[in-house]
Amino acid sequence: MDFETVIGLEVHVQLSTASKVFCGCGTLFGEAANTQTCPVCLGLPGSLPVLNKEAFRKAIKAALALNCEIAEITKFDRKHYFYPDLPKNFQISQFDMPFSRDGQLEIIIEEGIKRIGITRVHLEEDAGKLMHMADGDNSLVDFNRAGTPLLEIVSEPDMSSPEEAYAYLTELKAVMEYIEVSDCDMEKGSLRCDANISLRPRGTAGLGAKVEIKNMNSFKAVRAALQYEVNRQHDLLADGKTVVQETRLWDADGLYTTPMRGKEESHDYRYFPEPDLPLFEISRQMVADIRSGLPEMPARRRERFVSEYRLSEYDAGVLTQDKALADYFEEVLVDYNNPKMVANWLMGDILAYLSATNMTITEVKMTPQSLAKALKLQEDGVISGKIQKQILPVLLKEGKDPEAYVKEAGLAQISDEDELSRIVERVIAANPASVQSYREGKEKALGFLVGGVMKETRGKANPQLVNQLLKERLDTSNT
Amino acid sequence: MPISTEDIRYVAFLARITFAPEELKRFATQLETILEYIEQLEELDVSDVRPTTHVLPVKNVLRKDEKRESLSSEAVMKNAPSKQNAFFKVPRIIQDK
Repeated sequence: MDFETVIGLEVHVQLSTASKVFCGCGTLFGEAANTQTCPVCLGLPGSLPVLNKEAFRKAIKAALALNCEIAEITKFDRKHYFYPDLPKNFQISQFDMPFSRDGQLEIIIEEGIKRIGITRVHLEEDAGKLMHMADGDNSLVDFNRAGTPLLEIVSEPDMSSPEEAYAYLTELKAVMEYIEVSDCDMEKGSLRCDANISLRPRGTAGLGAKVEIKNMNSFKAVRAALQYEVNRQHDLLADGKTVVQETRLWDADGLYTTPMRGKEESHDYRYFPEPDLPLFEISRQMVADIRSGLPEMPARRRERFVSEYRLSEYDAGVLTQDKALADYFEEVLVDYNNPKMVANWLMGDILAYLSATNMTITEVKMTPQSLAKALKLQEDGVISGKIQKQILPVLLKEGKDPEAYVKEAGLAQISDEDELSRIVERVIAANPASVQSYREGKEKALGFLVGGVMKETRGKANPQLVNQLLKERLDTSNT
Repeated sequence: MPISTEDIRYVAFLARITFAPEELKRFATQLETILEYIEQLEELDVSDVRPTTHVLPVKNVLRKDEKRESLSSEAVMKNAPSKQNAFFKVPRIIQDK
């Protein structure tokens, strides 16, 4: 039987604020254990939570960016469970009156654009962090993270492949970064994802037994875990077996999922209204203000890059994924208006440099103005593309002025015909075998000779001119 | 609303407390009486009343996003039954793998 895959994602995004969501403790990552804690986030008796205005505003901003309806009135609820990372034994979250619902996010898939529904976005507090000790008997708890503002973004089960889930996460991250509500750093846990996945006979409407997958630490892990689950569930169903509804953990080393143990009771969170926080009314004026402050979203910017700069969908997609990169690109264009050329260098050598050095475009020393200058030098024939490749890493690393650096390092292209002719003569004299091959009709031999000239000039010779000079020389004389 | 000893056992489990068998029976009877008493409220027509989650007419209490001083390490750990360095120490509860 043919099955189709149904995937829904639950994403948690930490909002970047100076203080926690219900108290004044700091939210920095990597501070000494338990130094960012107070009676409120430690859940000491008698303490009272007060909502952080900026966290609330950023939450609404995120929901608007995901095209959600913003509620007129919202309330917080207590979600009860026992776990050592939860000091109060309940988490302040939102149950039946989340501040937003019914949004959507456009993702790009092979067939074009697909809209993924957003069921709801709500605001809650993060839990602390547990470290399991090597002795196997104990765990250590650090409550620094407890109380960090956390957005829960629940999607509709609208994704039908692990690839679509991956595209959704990439787009969601881009949106969150564009609106500057979170640093979305998965390594720091600022963005986390759980997935729900089930299979059903193709064309049917019901949902099959749903498996929740946890413990995925990267988008690639989400994709791999989902693919593993598709295969596992498919094999079970094809054999006439049933899929058990359960929570499974992704094992990133072994690349498989296993049932999560010690959780056999179904959850009974006993939600009830948080009596310590009043209701919150969200004025339409506030919604309008936040909405008007939203920047151009990645999807719109991508479309604009295609229509305005004539870039391919793919190039526009890569460049707009990262807001800083897209900003950089447009800044280069101010001084050097050749979008295709700028895109090629950015997506080629410069992205390769960033990934090799594990840096972002904002961390490199080369300004957009300086890249524009370097590309102009190439266009004017002052340097060759080959030299461009050589100098970019230096500019990126040291932030030198391209013109001065080319001069100082003697890298300007040799376009002087007399000088090149002399070198051509030398190379021809030194390589009689290649000259012979060329004259016997082996075009390839010319490339070898061009290489010889480039070697002599340490890559500075104007390649078109070298080609031309060599051909003239070889085609006209027989010496 | 009849309350069984099983109901009591379940609620006790959620609260991580254990009762003796005779307590289970006693609490089942008591809880049933309490719930019956509260059920009298069902006689009222509340179709026009909005569910009350808070009794005080207070709303939109917010604070500025300003960092304030946290507790000292000594104060944080003062009541900890078990600790290791700056961490709270707890029995491990989930065995992964």
